[in-house]
Parts: sequence; C-alpha cells; structure tokens
Amino acid sequence: MRRKPKFRIPAKYVLPGLTVVCIAAMYISFALNLGGGPLNTLAGTIFGPMQKGINSIGSWMSDRADNLKSMHEVMDENEILRQQVADLTQEVNSMKLDQNELESLRQLLDLDKQYSDYEKTGARVIGKDPGNWFHTFLIDKGSEDGIEIDMNVLAGSGLVGIVIDVGPHYAKVRSIIDDRSSVYGMVLSTSDNCIVNGDLVSMTEDQVITFSNLNDKDNQVQLGDQLVTSNVSDKYLPGILIGYISSISEDSNHLTKSGTITPVVDFEHLQQVLVILDKKDMGTS
Amino acid sequence: MRRKIYVALIIIVCFLLQSTVFQVLSFASISPNLMIVVCASFGFMRGRREGLTIGFISGLLLDIFFGEYLGFYALLYMYVGFLTGCFKKQFYPDDIKLPMLMITASDLAYNLIIYLLRFLFRGQFRLDYYMLHIIIPELVYTLLVSVVLYAVILKINQRLEAVEKRSAAKFV
Repeated sequence: MRRKPKFRIPAKYVLPGLTVVCIAAMYISFALNLGGGPLNTLAGTIFGPMQKGINSIGSWMSDRADNLKSMHEVMDENEILRQQVADLTQEVNSMKLDQNELESLRQLLDLDKQYSDYEKTGARVIGKDPGNWFHTFLIDKGSEDGIEIDMNVLAGSGLVGIVIDVGPHYAKVRSIIDDRSSVYGMVLSTSDNCIVNGDLVSMTEDQVITFSNLNDKDNQVQLGDQLVTSNVSDKYLPGILIGYISSISEDSNHLTKSGTITPVVDFEHLQQVLVILDKKDMGTS
Repeated sequence: MRRKIYVALIIIVCFLLQSTVFQVLSFASISPNLMIVVCASFGFMRGRREGLTIGFISGLLLDIFFGEYLGFYALLYMYVGFLTGCFKKQFYPDDIKLPMLMITASDLAYNLIIYLLRFLFRGQFRLDYYMLHIIIPELVYTLLVSVVLYAVILKINQRLEAVEKRSAAKFV
C-alpha cells in the first residue's frame, strides 16, 4: 500500500476562504431570516437525544445538591407558608365573589373564552446557551410536534419567552430576561402599557428585568402590581403574567416612568415549560 | 482518520457538557467556556491549519444551536484556532504557563468581541460592569476547568501522535 502525496491547501488560504464563507452565511441568514435549514435538521437529530440524556444527569446532580438544604430552613418556610395559606384563603373567598361578578359580566359581553383556553403542550429544557451573554435555551419539541416560530412559552403561570428557531425535534427559545428581548406589557390594575426589556446588568445584579415608557399620569401604579403581556403586542398573547413591579421611578421627561420587574419564573432552574400552540393572529400574513 | 474521530469526540463531549451539565453547575450564573479551551489548545499543539478547522467546526456547532446568525461563532472560533496556531513553535508539552496564557488571551478577546458587536452596538455602554461580572468570572472559571481539560487534551494528543509515528514508521 502506497500513500498518495496529498495536496493540501495552505492555512493562509483556508483562513480567508472560510472567513468569506462565514460572512456570507451571516449575511444570508440575516437578510433572508433563515436558520440553519437542513443543518438544523441534521444536527438536531444527532445532538438532541444526547443533550436530553446528559441533561437529566445534570439535573439529577443539582437535585441532590438541593436536597441537602437544611431541615431548619424547611421548617421556617413551613411556618411562613402556613401564614400565607391563611391569608390566601381569605383572599380566595373575596376573589370568588369577584369571580361570580366577572362571569356574569363576561356573559353579558360574550367574552367568555378569550383568555383561558389556549392549547398548550409541555416540553423539557434540554440545553442552555453555553455562553454567558445570552439567555436562550433548547426544548425537546420541534416542528414535528407542531411548534412554530413566534409561539409563546410559559412555565407555571408566567411568561418565559418566545420560540425563535425550530428544528424537527427541538426548538430554540429566547427568554424574556435575554438582553435582546422586549415585550409589550401592561399593568394589570390600571391597564397602562409599557415596554419590558430583558437586561443582563440588572438580571445579574438583582434578578430583575427593566420596563420603560410607562404612562402613569395619576401615579396609580404601585410596587407589587402585576404586569401582564399587553393586548397590543404583536407576538405575545394578551394576559400572560410577566412579573411584579419591584421598583418604579419617573423619567427625566416627567411624562413616562420606568423601573424594574421581578419575573415570576425561576429562570435559573427551568426544567419544564409549556408552549402555547396558538399564535397571535395579526392578520398580516 | 483516528485523529479525526478523537477530535470530533472531544468537541462533541465538550459541547454537550457545556450546554447541559456546566449550565447547572454554574456559579452566580457564570459557566466556563470549554470550547475555547479545546480550540486554543489544539491550535497551539497542532498548528494553524488544524486549529482553524477545529475552531470552525466547533463554532458552527454553536451557531446551529444557539447562534442568532449562522457563521458568527464559527468565524470567532476559527480565528482563535488560527491565531493560537501561530504559536506552535513555542509549544513544549511540559510547559503549562504558555497554554494558560493562550487560553486567557483567547477567552478575553472572544468575549470582548461579543460585547463589541452584540452589546455595544445596541447601546449598552457599561463595559466596566460587563468586564467585572461576566468576562472576568468566566475567564477565572474557564482557567480553573482548563487546568484539567488541557491536561486531558494534551494526553490524548500525545497518545495520538505516538500512534501516528508508529504507523508512519511501518511504511518506510
């Protein structure tokens, strides 16, 4: 067996060549708004199952670590929770009265099924962005399971983010705490709109995200008010809880307010999410 | 061929670990950058050509799963592999200082470029904050992990080189 002398292109030509390829790919995916296409499919089929497997090992390990939480802590928490149960029971009772009233009013308005009946599907988080700059993650359901780009993603009752890319058996979700994310929000108590931006600085510092452009002339918005997605948002369905206002201040223009929101979702320990299969229909496409 | 399989395995394992286990094991939501350790150390041990190929492939992997635009990470990692490959002549297996320096420089440059292109242009000007809370912690964590990872990669590389030398000697 003799070896043929192989012809190899020297590195100094490979580098500019691949550089051009990369830049062209970036331009194409930017201009045409394409994902990886067939590359997504191929890579997803190979890596999806592996990520799923390894991730369950990872979460098993973190579960063990959490179990070591001291008994004392749990007892304290129990005490607090008991107190909370008492408070909440009272609240529920008064809510029931409101609910009855609401229902009768809704029937009058024929608004019955607007918010509550979104079709959802559960999915598991199988991988997170390896860098420290962005908050995107992968879930184990894709286009074959009916997931499409721009679908909203929830965990528990709160908004997690939006699907930005989809392969056959996985989808990429950008969470609302990502620095690039912005959501049209609404203060539930006063129905004032504002813009909710993910913010890396405030997220690493205090675990909060920011909101701005809140128009609140009569100073009615208070700390702890619920913020939900607004009905004027073009990608997010209305009425999904984002979080609670944790600080608020007037902007220098004295017209609008901005501040921070504590999200309801624990993004650090996200394992299961719900994807809403209904998309907001803007009637444009 | 054997080398290609081994390198591909290293890249895949690091990619999987980084996107799963190390995200769970993160301190203060900072996780280490294993891919850059792989690219820098292979570039450094094997030269520009292999460095840039490995960088390109591992970058592409990140692009497909987590990138916004296809090709961005591929470009960055490719240059990391290429530039560290330029220092191949200074490579001695026993020396750990220079590889650490290479990894440090790569990680710093990599994160600064991401900041410049993806944050500064969107009007996020607080470089000092990002430096202190993202870039430096990631660097420290990466260096800690790379002490182990570099040793593993070095061992695998030496083993591969020994095998290659033996099989090359057979044909003379």
